Amino acid sequence: MKFTLLINEGPYQHQASDTAYQFAKAAIEKGHEIYRVFFYNDGVNNATRLAVPPQDDRNITERWAELAKEHELDMVVCIAAAQRRGMLDADEAGRQGKDADNIHPAFRISGLGQLVEGGIQADRLLTFGD
Amino acid sequence: MSDGIKKFMFVNTKAPYGTVYALESLEVVLISAAFDQDVSLVFCDDGVFQIMDKQNTEASGMKNFSNAYKALGDYDINKLYVEKESLEERGLTLDSLMDLTYEDEDDDWAEKPSINLVSRAELADLMDQQDVVISS
Repeated sequence: MKFTLLINEGPYQHQASDTAYQFAKAAIEKGHEIYRVFFYNDGVNNATRLAVPPQDDRNITERWAELAKEHELDMVVCIAAAQRRGMLDADEAGRQGKDADNIHPAFRISGLGQLVEGGIQADRLLTFGD
Repeated sequence: MSDGIKKFMFVNTKAPYGTVYALESLEVVLISAAFDQDVSLVFCDDGVFQIMDKQNTEASGMKNFSNAYKALGDYDINKLYVEKESLEERGLTLDSLMDLTYEDEDDDWAEKPSINLVSRAELADLMDQQDVVISS
């Protein structure tokens, strides 16, 4: 089966991203396809490359990045939600005249149309969040 | 699913200004209109407050985005389901809500109400008919 995952909560504060990660991993192991992982609301914060969690804890962003690399996952961060919360990639930082960027290269920034399209293309869209 | 069109239902369960969910849900809804899908909205639990009439956010300093709901009809989004029990539990009636309408192109552009009052049980049936349900 083909899944699109929607993650609506930020890392560490909420288990949504962890659960989605475990789901994605298990689904792939079972031979299913993850069509897209879409990060929205505070979920965009999962894409920060600057988080430094304690060494004995999981690194949520890096863990997603590794899974994405291994299985060529399409991980999309909503641009509107990201801009509100100070999440920028290098291109966007340049465009907005900001002096820093913080989005991990394993993620790409795009519009909400990618979420709707993910819902159209996948057999199931699963929401992780409140 | 037929003709490549899916039934999308956006379920709104939270009050409009305490969290950003209502505003960001509305942003997805407006984008979805561009994809020619069969889109409907639900307002239940505290989500019914999102479409209260005469919202005034001046004192709280929050951005009042309630006018955007009035534009939904222009985007051909005209199936808004309000859960009856949620209204009653909060001491509200249909008169407490905005007058949200659309112009029916199949009926000489007659202005018709977009809001449908449904029971909790009817809502469960409607959800069962969807391809994609996104709630927040």
